[in-house]
Amino acid sequence: MHAIDNAPDTAGLVPLAAEIIQFIQETPSIFTLRLRFTDPAAHAAYRFAPGQFNMLYLPGVGEVPISIVSDPQDEHLYDHTIRAVGRVTHALANLREGSRIGVRGPFGRGWPLTEAQGRDVVIVTGGLGCAPVVSVINYILKRRAQFGHLTIMQGVRHADDLIWRERYEAWAELPDTQVLLAASDGSPIWPWHVGHVPDLFDQARLTPGVSLVMMCGPEGMMRAASGDLIARGIPERDLWMSMERNMHCGMGLCGHCQMGPKFVCQDGPVFNYPEIKALLARKGV
Amino acid sequence: MQRRFIPRQGLEPLIRQTLDAGYRLHAPQSTDGAILYRPIHHSGQLPWGLHDHQAPGHYRLLDNGSPRAFAWATGPQALKPLLFRPSEPIWTLDLDSDGRPSFIGAAHTEAPLALLGLRPCDLAALALQDAHFLHGPYPDPAYAARRRGLLTIAVNCSHPAATCFCAATGDGPNAQGGYDLLLDELDDGYLIESGSAVGKTLLDRLDTLPATDMQLEAMATQRASAVRAQQRKLPNAEQLARLPAQHDHPHWAEVAERCLACGNCTAVCPTCFCHAHRETPALDGQSSVHSREWDSCFTSGHSYLHGHVVHTTTRERYRQWLTHKLAGWVEQYGRSGCVGCGRCITWCPVGIDLTVESAALVDANPAQGE
Repeated sequence: MHAIDNAPDTAGLVPLAAEIIQFIQETPSIFTLRLRFTDPAAHAAYRFAPGQFNMLYLPGVGEVPISIVSDPQDEHLYDHTIRAVGRVTHALANLREGSRIGVRGPFGRGWPLTEAQGRDVVIVTGGLGCAPVVSVINYILKRRAQFGHLTIMQGVRHADDLIWRERYEAWAELPDTQVLLAASDGSPIWPWHVGHVPDLFDQARLTPGVSLVMMCGPEGMMRAASGDLIARGIPERDLWMSMERNMHCGMGLCGHCQMGPKFVCQDGPVFNYPEIKALLARKGV
Repeated sequence: MQRRFIPRQGLEPLIRQTLDAGYRLHAPQSTDGAILYRPIHHSGQLPWGLHDHQAPGHYRLLDNGSPRAFAWATGPQALKPLLFRPSEPIWTLDLDSDGRPSFIGAAHTEAPLALLGLRPCDLAALALQDAHFLHGPYPDPAYAARRRGLLTIAVNCSHPAATCFCAATGDGPNAQGGYDLLLDELDDGYLIESGSAVGKTLLDRLDTLPATDMQLEAMATQRASAVRAQQRKLPNAEQLARLPAQHDHPHWAEVAERCLACGNCTAVCPTCFCHAHRETPALDGQSSVHSREWDSCFTSGHSYLHGHVVHTTTRERYRQWLTHKLAGWVEQYGRSGCVGCGRCITWCPVGIDLTVESAALVDANPAQGE
């Protein structure tokens, strides 16, 4: 056995220890871990792009792939927002500030932020899967002059599922920014649309050739939204989406994340629509 | 390339020289009713006189009194479990008294491995496993460590089984490369040639004779007859490229009526690479071993995704396996993931035959027989 510090051939394969500097309870089942690698050199060297993910390891329990929501240039901490749904995420929910976990990553291909420069950006998310695009929203807002009009569209099943409500409200006040929210199941204090996200495309600023769309959420929602956007003249090459599969290794080796011939962990998780449209059209791929 | 001849008893010095060079030598041996690669110390351990009778869902070893050691086609496993272990640790976690974790990566310090008796289909599968484990963005250190010093002593396949179709996939029955030494087995001995500098060094240490014209002629005849002996074949590449578009073909449900989703096909396939990560914590909670073990796309856990399963039915799992093997690999690694070894046919408990099923799915006519 050898110490991993001097073993570059295990890069990505063996976790690095990280400490939870802040634990934020977003909703009863959703929480954010703000992390720092315990090795200052590793922390300083760590780089990621919005849309990439880490494998978070809870000692003795196991690993789970989680997207990174913080800004890539925030050298202080990096954040993971997690919903407790399975064995590992339920256990992660019990951690507190000062707890240490293992982190491998970052893995995969993130959002097309270079292609998006100078373009109008439309963010379309559904369900609770908005975490992968929050990093993009923050990225754009911090570099506002580099991008055109920003439209943020979020659909949730029930009004209570919306997290970061204050952030949406704050974003809606920003110049050149549009926030459109929908809940399939509204509530008495839900001021936005009751229905599905694609219902809101009529209100969104969509300009074929100018708008670049980034999507995240259930495959059915992205399939429907893509069809609708293409019908509205948005070129297929301007549609991008983050896919989810069962990553064990994150390195394109274990085979669990395959979607047709794509290794979602390495070829994605962010894909350009033409790359996966044939796969998206087939159920159970 | 200089082809030489060694008599039958010349295998003993070949084994001796390989062991003396520091290799862990594995060679085919009759084990629990099948031919498996096991550590070998002398040539008497080889499966002399044995023949394998294979058919869909059927494998039997018969002693046919042949003077040969390689008068059989394939066993259930060859090289895969030796390079890509069925189970192995990736890292070990230790918690100190304050609960702080440290991670130690697994070390790989075994002596170099040599295999005697590999088939051309095994060499083709090795090249495919190399493409997956070594040539991607994250080369696998465990596989790389075992692969680095690997010595391959291949034997051309003179007795293909009824389940074999390597001639159709272009991977056998005669090796085109990828070996250090290559043997053709004749009744009285072996024609031997080297395919690498390491192989040549080993060959130079053996007492060999020049190959006679008669031996070379016997070799050519045997090689040609091994090709002719194969009756199964896969649909061609152009036909297999249609497989992903057959996603809704009713034949998937028909296969699923017979398929047990047991995963035998993926376990015996020499190219299947899927593996799961597993956690084995110590009882005191102070340490844990994170390992990987072979997994199969026929399990529900393979496509588990936060609370649901992507491939819920046997139909979807068989479709995932066959479509990936015969079409997905082409995009991923430039060729089909099937090397024609026929193991998935032989070791399927209900005898499902991928040559027949793939032909039905792409509307091709398979050449098939027993």
